[in-house]
Amino acid sequence: MEKSQEKKILGMNQHDFSLFMKRYGIVFVMIGMFVILSVSSTKFLKMNNILNVLSTVALNGILAMGMVFVITAGGIDLSIGSLLALASTTIGIVLQATGSIPLACVTAVVICTFFGLLNGLLVAKFNMFPFVVTLASQLVIRGLGYVISGGYSFALANPKFSQIGLGKLFGIIPYPILILLGIAVISYLLLHWTKFGRYIYAVGGNINAATASGVNVFWTRVGSFIISGLFAGVAGIIMTARINAAQPNIGVGYETDAIAACVIGGTSFAGGISTIPGTMVGIIIIGLIYNGMNLIGISSYWQTISKGLLIIGAVMLDSFINKKR
Amino acid sequence: MNEQDNLQHDSQEYILECRGISKFFGGTHALEDVDFHVSKGQVHALVGENGAGKSTLMKIIIGLYKQDKGEIFFEGKPYTVNGPAEAIKAGISMIHQELNPEPYLSVAESIFLKREDTLGKSFFLNKKETNRKAAELLKQFNFDINPKVLMEELTLAQSQMIEIIKAVSCNARLVIMDEPTSSLDSEETERLFRTIRNLKDHGVTIIYISHRMEEIFEICDSYSVFRDGRFVGTGKVSEVTTNELISMMVGRKFDNIFPKEDVKIGDVAFRVEGLSGKGFQNISFEVRHGEILGLSGLVGSGRSETMRAIFGIDPLTSGKIYLDGEEIKIKNPREAISKGIAMINEDRKNYGLCLFRSLRENISLPNLESRQRGLLIDQTREKKECTEAALTLRVKAASIEADAFSLSGGNQQKIVLSKWIMSEPKVLIMDEPTRGIDVGAKAEIHSLMCRFASEGMAIILVSSELPEVMGMSDRILIYHEGKLNGEISRKEILDGTATQETILAKEFGGK
Repeated sequence: MEKSQEKKILGMNQHDFSLFMKRYGIVFVMIGMFVILSVSSTKFLKMNNILNVLSTVALNGILAMGMVFVITAGGIDLSIGSLLALASTTIGIVLQATGSIPLACVTAVVICTFFGLLNGLLVAKFNMFPFVVTLASQLVIRGLGYVISGGYSFALANPKFSQIGLGKLFGIIPYPILILLGIAVISYLLLHWTKFGRYIYAVGGNINAATASGVNVFWTRVGSFIISGLFAGVAGIIMTARINAAQPNIGVGYETDAIAACVIGGTSFAGGISTIPGTMVGIIIIGLIYNGMNLIGISSYWQTISKGLLIIGAVMLDSFINKKR
Repeated sequence: MNEQDNLQHDSQEYILECRGISKFFGGTHALEDVDFHVSKGQVHALVGENGAGKSTLMKIIIGLYKQDKGEIFFEGKPYTVNGPAEAIKAGISMIHQELNPEPYLSVAESIFLKREDTLGKSFFLNKKETNRKAAELLKQFNFDINPKVLMEELTLAQSQMIEIIKAVSCNARLVIMDEPTSSLDSEETERLFRTIRNLKDHGVTIIYISHRMEEIFEICDSYSVFRDGRFVGTGKVSEVTTNELISMMVGRKFDNIFPKEDVKIGDVAFRVEGLSGKGFQNISFEVRHGEILGLSGLVGSGRSETMRAIFGIDPLTSGKIYLDGEEIKIKNPREAISKGIAMINEDRKNYGLCLFRSLRENISLPNLESRQRGLLIDQTREKKECTEAALTLRVKAASIEADAFSLSGGNQQKIVLSKWIMSEPKVLIMDEPTRGIDVGAKAEIHSLMCRFASEGMAIILVSSELPEVMGMSDRILIYHEGKLNGEISRKEILDGTATQETILAKEFGGK
């Protein structure tokens, strides 16, 4: 290939530089936040606080890892907040009936995956809009959570189970962080190293070209929703364990944070563009907003506002870089 | 040229006069110093091959494009418009081949779109008045339809009629019709012709673009021929024959600059029998290993439609497909690819590439199956093979990780080609493989075709460029209105018994 002569920026040619900025620009935002927080609060850099940030982002992180598959394939999944509640009530019921933790967890994950499959089938088979499908299924799922629990929350009183959410490896690293890391590695491999991941990008990038290149568009789309459902189930386990109760009313609005993490991390809403490391950065940035502002003593109202502004900023940055190319 | 002189005598009667119009798209000359005039009150046929510049000129007239050079006069006055809305205001309307009615507007609302009646000076619509005026217009045209009916319920012929009525109600003095009969049956066509005559009686001038010779001779008074972006000639329809028109249309010089080599032609690789689907009926042909089969025909004659159906993008209604003697069924492109068929789609942006993904990912997309190590993609091998493929085709790009979007058209096409070559197909369908790419890249793609053929690949070449089909094919099949209408061999082309005129005559339905 013939290299064209271009202006150099930071020792890179312009093309590589804009590629670099597009991929890693948001990393600088994260580092910037880190620096500001370390300077303005002495508590921020303490090991305890860092672990605290990470374990609060674990839940949203796992959800975002599922969401990134769906958005990259050109969809959206609004049902994950409700799936958290359904997972929670399922665990409660199975745990009360059998006392088996593995059985309770597996049942919850299977049910959530099943609803992911259902979302995917409705979208891919009947060509319905993902937004509408999951907006509706979200209601169905939320309702089911209330139906099977009779509308009541109940404490689980199972210290062993609550260890999933509250326990620490070697007494230092909370389990939810490990689970997030595990899921991030799996997602990374799936999206960047497998055929399936490549097809997700192709379907989201240009569905016609994907079809004409022999991609099984149907199962690729369904697959993205299955992953989202499955990860929501896993997140549901952690959430239930952490509050140590089965509650049908939890998880409201959690999809917003997951979507925000994806978008801040460089995921294109048009589909076809995203990275797992980018999403990870997006997750951490959201965690830093919550934690950092708490430390500095800024009210949660302002946290919400800054999160919103940050999403708009991220999208603006993205379209700005895209236009320049 | 006698008739041209006659027409020039009454130049004050020209309703439309275009003088010295030129238009460039990038480096290509879409129109070159074109003079074109239409006399008032006539139905004027505009004819020419694919890409002769007819549509470009019409788009300039209705203000979709701006000419780079030249002037237009309408009704004797200088005429410049920005966009169809202004053209309509000035008195020129165009009935497009593809109608795009607003499906949920009523007939009346559709006719009076953007000039709605209001109750007094309020924001509120006066539906009653709109419906009354629409009913009146419909009656004028003897068009028996309720103005309250929604557009989506109308047949194509009916919505076309509404477009015409709308044009007239906007006081159009010149109506441009682009292949208005292409989707009409014979009865609907008759009805359209009655309407056209009716318009003519009322002094409306019509520019009639059509590929159907018999219609031109039936309905048109005068004609203009375009070729390769140039104006060739004009005259009265009564003083010309079909063959004379066709020979005026042919003109792109055919000097055999193509690198086509004669290679050993093997057994039948691919055969189709009685294929029918949307836009084509009863198509049968075969291609042999090492052979390049050219498919020629006017745009919309069913060539691309057949190829899309063979490749599984669109459904087939009947017919059989054989690969190396065995019957195969293809339900979708995935099955076609797995059987060893590849297709370069004419629509590169929509069907060829994921523009915002890297060249590497684009090239390897259909070829990942065999490049796995366990569950994961063997990325080292992928990168190496994609780079090699891109180098072989001499793709110019910053790196294999660059977005497809950043490449020029010719280089994008080479990426599409690379991905299909990597899939090692037995049959390669190339639909307009060199459209919109520069001369250098074109020649390179032609040489590659020869190389693939010499390696035993069976190639089907669909092209709107006659010289390309003639220069590259061992055999040419000609499409006319969804059916095959003749076959020409390379020998006939080389010894001169078959010329561009022979082919074009067949494309227009002749024998």
